Amino acid sequence: MNFDRIQEKLSILADAAKYDVSCSSSGSNRENKNKGLGNGHMSGICHAYTQDGRCVSLLKILLTNHCIFDCAYCVTRKSNDIKRAAFKVQEVVDLTINFYRRNYIEGLFLSSGIFKSPDYTMERLIRVAKKLREEENFNGYIHLKSIPGASDELMYEAGLYADRLSVNIEIPTVSGLKLLAPDKKFEDFVKPMEKVKTEIVRYQDEKKKSKHVPSYAPAGQSTQMIIGATQETDRDIMYSAAYYYKKYNMRRVYYSGYVPVAKDNRLPSIDSEVPILRENRLYQSDWLLRFYGFKVNELFTPDNANLDLTIDPKLAWALRNLQLFPVDVNSASREMLARVPGLGINSVLKILQARRFRKLNWEHLRKIGVSLNRASYFITCDSSQWQRKDLTASQIKHRILQNSKSKFQPMFSPQLRLF
Amino acid sequence: MTSTTTLIYDGSFEGFLTAVFTVFERKLENVVISASATYASTSLFCTEIQVFTEKDKAERVWNTLVQKIKKKQYARIFQAFLSEQPGIENTLLRTIQYIFSCTANTANDYSHPDILAIAQITRKVHRERHRMEAFIRFEHTKDDTYIATIEPDFNVIPLLSNHFEKRYADQKWLIYDVRRSYGIYYDLKKVEVISFLEDTKLKGKISSKLLSDKEKGFQKLWKTYYTNVNIASRNNKKLHFQHVPKRYWKYLTEKHVI
Repeated sequence: MNFDRIQEKLSILADAAKYDVSCSSSGSNRENKNKGLGNGHMSGICHAYTQDGRCVSLLKILLTNHCIFDCAYCVTRKSNDIKRAAFKVQEVVDLTINFYRRNYIEGLFLSSGIFKSPDYTMERLIRVAKKLREEENFNGYIHLKSIPGASDELMYEAGLYADRLSVNIEIPTVSGLKLLAPDKKFEDFVKPMEKVKTEIVRYQDEKKKSKHVPSYAPAGQSTQMIIGATQETDRDIMYSAAYYYKKYNMRRVYYSGYVPVAKDNRLPSIDSEVPILRENRLYQSDWLLRFYGFKVNELFTPDNANLDLTIDPKLAWALRNLQLFPVDVNSASREMLARVPGLGINSVLKILQARRFRKLNWEHLRKIGVSLNRASYFITCDSSQWQRKDLTASQIKHRILQNSKSKFQPMFSPQLRLF
Repeated sequence: MTSTTTLIYDGSFEGFLTAVFTVFERKLENVVISASATYASTSLFCTEIQVFTEKDKAERVWNTLVQKIKKKQYARIFQAFLSEQPGIENTLLRTIQYIFSCTANTANDYSHPDILAIAQITRKVHRERHRMEAFIRFEHTKDDTYIATIEPDFNVIPLLSNHFEKRYADQKWLIYDVRRSYGIYYDLKKVEVISFLEDTKLKGKISSKLLSDKEKGFQKLWKTYYTNVNIASRNNKKLHFQHVPKRYWKYLTEKHVI
């Protein structure tokens, strides 16, 4: 192994892959077979964290950053003047195995620029995964990128070796896609998604009948959307996220605040800031959809296409629906408790357990870990003290904001920051 | 004034359970359980009782727990014990007394202060175990063994062996707790608890003389990768420190100059 050469390639191809935010290694419980190497971990493990606070769980690299496409938002677009490199199949295998043995990573996340044709590229990605599984007896996590436009046969084969497959839709609307990625067709993105979904459904059906069906992408599929590269509103983004969750059984939709990578009049200027706060609110909304029983239409009002940046989306919803509150924590249903601002799923579960033994009061709630600063306006409990005043939504919002300090506070200020 | 009784045990989990048995057997009240290593006599008016670990007494307490409460719940008793927090024995004793005193399963009664305290401390122990699963960095040595040294906040090695045995079934490995001077070693067949003699004790990272030829090469590659996945325009130091507190950096390959 030529360490210097590999090191150079690794620095180029890791750098090019970093804008893909997905790094999760969860959802697969693949077992270690025949005393081989590695296994899946159902909830995933983050082995390291970068200076930007993101988790490093997989060896996330491109096979190559040569690309025949010219998508405006992408660093590896054809017209960009950057260093290009390509890994050999064996090199990726060696890196993965040696990193894994040292407990640096949970597995491999392999993506690629598109060289020659989508099928040619996809076939190479599959070859890496196949080699890891069959020659190295590697049972760790493998996430392969589905190349837009890849054939159904290859997508089938990919799922036999990979734990997760993903296609990044990148631009949430068809019109935005036309503007920024003129070479790509929307249909090319959804075709592999459709195939993977069908295969997962087929696998789950057959598994019920026979134990010996080869597993197919046990960690499902995911996608990513870039936030703030085009003019989409939060409503556009969340509605299309809800669409992908429903239509293609996505495990995850990722939202990636646009990091300026190019001077292009179709894009935000090169020194614009990454919309981190907006990204955070979108993730909160995503969680409300997936774990808190919210429907996407509850998050927006006809006259508000964007989320309120100053407060979280659950609190915003509650303030619009004050007629439903206060609820009594000692009798409210699980669904309703999950909708109370300041109550997370963990607190809800603890409350449900604890209230079987005695009526809960403020002290119990505080100790359980409920954020009373927000919750106290929306609940009653076993105490004569509770918020009796008929406060309006804006009064409550004002009081909550006054008593809390958001880590995003500097971003609320309308004033320009000089330094 | 009621006098207190102090039960002194050897520091092992079985010893602790024997002490719990003694409390029930002698119907003791105002009792404090203390490990011999941390115990210092403080009061003149206190009775001290030495508890000798007895396997069958310990098992009787444990089996009653197994019968009364669910697996996840009694696992918490053991995990909380591993936290080694001062006074944890007494919180655990009160918890066990409370669970034994009720006919219903009360192990999830989070409105009881001790049950909640146990839940909170096990959360911390869990987090530490998970951190070790994530932050352990093996180094490949000349005798083809992958070695990692650790200094966890809690005594989590008993909780690690299953995970690593399943995962690294085809390589020899050793995980050694430098602070508590013992470790687990996997020899391709089974995991064994080991400790070194005083003069060969591991005190920190293993010496680089012992490493295999390619080890530094791969460490460098890992560091290259780690540096290049960072997005500088999203820098968030506070979040970074929150995820990887500085006390873990000592053994993290990516945090070292190689």
